[in-house]
Amino acid sequence: MVHGEAWTIKEFFVYPNEYIYWTIQIVMYPFMTGLVAGAFVLSSLYHVFGVKQLKEIARFSLVFSFALLPVAMMPLMLHLQQPQRGIEVMMTPHFTSAIAAFGIVFTTYAMIVASELWFVYRKYFVDTALELRQLGDKRTPVQNFRHLLYTVLTLGAWDVGEHALEKDEKAVKFLAGLGIPVACFLHGYAGFIFGSVKANALWMTPLMPVIFICSAVVSGIALCIITYVVTMELRKLIYAWQRRNKPYLPSTEELKSAELHVVTMTTKYLVMFLVLAITLELLDLIFRGYTAVKSWDILRKVIYEKDFTKIFILQYGFGNLLPFILLLLPRLTIRRAVAATLMVLVGVFMMRWNVVIGGQAFSASYSGFMEYVLPIWPHDMETFKEGFFGALMVLLTPYVLFYGLTKVMPVFGLKEDSH
Amino acid sequence: MINRRDFCKKALLVAGGLAIPLTALEIFNPRRLRAEKSGSGKVRWVFLVDTHKCVGCGLCVRACKIENEVPYDANVTRTWVERYVVTKDGKIHVDSPKGALDGFTSTKIDQGAEHPLEIRNEDIDKAFFVPKLCNQCDNPPCVQVCPVGATYQTEDGVVLVDRSWCIGCGYCIMGCPYGVRFFHPVHRVAEKCNFCYHRISKGMKSACVDACPFGARRIGNIKDPNDPVTKIIMTERVAILKEEYGTKPQVFYLGLSREVK
Amino acid sequence: MKNHVLRPLFLVIGVVLLFLAARTVLVPADFGVHERGYMYGWYRKGNEAEWKAVKVKYKTVAYCKECHRDKYDDIKSSPHANIECENCHGPALGHPDDPPTLSIDRRREHCIRCHARLPYKTSGRGDIRGINPLTHHVEAECTMCHYPHNPKREVKK
Ligand code: SF4
Ligand code: SF4
Repeated sequence: MVHGEAWTIKEFFVYPNEYIYWTIQIVMYPFMTGLVAGAFVLSSLYHVFGVKQLKEIARFSLVFSFALLPVAMMPLMLHLQQPQRGIEVMMTPHFTSAIAAFGIVFTTYAMIVASELWFVYRKYFVDTALELRQLGDKRTPVQNFRHLLYTVLTLGAWDVGEHALEKDEKAVKFLAGLGIPVACFLHGYAGFIFGSVKANALWMTPLMPVIFICSAVVSGIALCIITYVVTMELRKLIYAWQRRNKPYLPSTEELKSAELHVVTMTTKYLVMFLVLAITLELLDLIFRGYTAVKSWDILRKVIYEKDFTKIFILQYGFGNLLPFILLLLPRLTIRRAVAATLMVLVGVFMMRWNVVIGGQAFSASYSGFMEYVLPIWPHDMETFKEGFFGALMVLLTPYVLFYGLTKVMPVFGLKEDSH
Repeated sequence: MINRRDFCKKALLVAGGLAIPLTALEIFNPRRLRAEKSGSGKVRWVFLVDTHKCVGCGLCVRACKIENEVPYDANVTRTWVERYVVTKDGKIHVDSPKGALDGFTSTKIDQGAEHPLEIRNEDIDKAFFVPKLCNQCDNPPCVQVCPVGATYQTEDGVVLVDRSWCIGCGYCIMGCPYGVRFFHPVHRVAEKCNFCYHRISKGMKSACVDACPFGARRIGNIKDPNDPVTKIIMTERVAILKEEYGTKPQVFYLGLSREVK
Repeated sequence: MKNHVLRPLFLVIGVVLLFLAARTVLVPADFGVHERGYMYGWYRKGNEAEWKAVKVKYKTVAYCKECHRDKYDDIKSSPHANIECENCHGPALGHPDDPPTLSIDRRREHCIRCHARLPYKTSGRGDIRGINPLTHHVEAECTMCHYPHNPKREVKK
């Protein structure tokens, strides 16, 4: 079977070799990188611009951003026909291609996030390593392993004096500042990958990178809010249970008000970026309609007829307008914020879908259409990778990674933390 | 203040860094980068299609598939033939069932998932066939977008794919405005028409040119002023496909109609 | 301990150097910028030869007529003169060594590529004599009545 044939339905005249070659994984790719970038920007708002209210969520979103990082690569690897050769992007990069710099930008970014994490957690690493060292021979094998791990993680920098910690703080600030442009670049440039394809009438617009950045930030913030709320709920449960023996833990009410405060603050930023993203998208649409070049005939059919539900109902209506109203209504509650942010996530996902799949919904001959039928039950590797379960796997991996990371770098309940 | 120990450490580091050969840093050499773009070679392959002559038999498609080892029944092909039927109501009907691998044997227009369309003979204003293949563009966007240098243009203008280097990202497929590229069903890498590079470099013609009984397809060297194909291109009214993309396609058409996509 | 701040940077530099070293080993020596410059000519030179080495399957009529002169003369004096032998007899490949005999395509589907009647006045197709394949002697192979090398001649029974 030819790649793409399993999920493409052709209608009217489509060139014989045209199929939906870029499928759900390429929808996931900008969606996931968007989350990475968004999460990082959120954490930087605190570190760089000193938005105090975001202190709680800052460290959280930094770790989360790190957990998301490898997952931004995953959809790409899943979509390559020869994933084992993926490293060639670094070996023989061809920089006239928008994809070529991906490897380099991505690793740079990964290194920045990793270093920033190191500075944020260095004191914790040192403390823990020293604590475990004191146990001496009484260490269990697990403790032995942890001792080794933390010792390595300190990179031999044991000084946790006031002076050294101050330096750490400066480094964090520097890295967070450096990370913002890199994060935006990483993502805006995902937009460039599409925007620069001159063969595709829907993709080719210089606005694409900017639109991608804005929606990235939106989705990143939205995801952080949701994950934050979920973890807070879990903490409430756990604390309520533990408080019987440890009465000094914060009470449910305290947690709740703190939580609401953080969520309200964060949604303000969410709304800001949301407005920006929608404005740009609408501008693009209006411009296309007004200039009505050759491709507009077929684009109009795709946008207003074929994909109407996906674009206007799911993306703009359910994913943008509704949450916008929900977030702006006075007296925001946690529940409403969560509902709205979930919708925003759906909206951003639909936006990616409508760009990636919508861009392939019409033939380059402008006289036929292609429809993508998402493979649900996989019957071979291909339909798994580029089907529902492949996407699900990509969606769930960051949580598994996040769980693993928090074992090494706890996000909550650090004693007197500086950052 | 730098103390001796620190100094030693740093000196070692610098020395270590220098030990890495400079060539390791050479991602590309700027001097070679300026290498002449138009090339100094004596050959630049071009193609000439005479749409007046094509009758839609699809023998070219068949020969191409066998010659270039693209599985015969797979629904992808390096070259194909399109049929255009323009009816009295101004509608343009286009089809290319299986790329015209078995030619056009019915008056019904294939419409993919829609029902085939029967067109009455008396409704037809004009009908004709147009063969398509890779344009071996002078500014091949497919090559420009390949992230790893797996597809490239040779000095004689043919765009090739390195099957052992292609990562299968599909960016080149997206980048070609002519829908020429696809994934090879067996090798699972990007695949495209290469003017039968193994034949033309041996002095033969491409398989499709040889297979066409009507002389609708011809291949030539535009740098050779005495080449009959060159003469036609230079002296007659030829057209190219989708000029607006700036790809500078090198497949020239005689009798190209405005309906052709 | 002075300037622990630079530790991650050293680590990063180390990784980059390791990578660059690996790169010299892993990238083929003939990979580089060739005639068409970096934009269009960034590739592994050796691949050109690999493409040139692809086996030729269709040997063209020039090859066939060396042995089958009679058949060649036969078809060259008929309206089918321009049809290459291999279009119906299949690619010669290494014939007569490999394969010793070729498989001839006598299917109706093969003939109706041209001879299914399509009444297109504006295309050469309209001038070719044709039939309706759905009604014209559906059960028979064309070659039972029509001699393919020269359709004007009676078929030898
Ligand atoms: S026609 Fe398409 S595949 Fe061929 S050179 Fe041009 S862009 Fe590349
Ligand atoms: S599919 Fe292969 S040839 Fe095409 S852009 Fe990707 S790596 Fe290059």
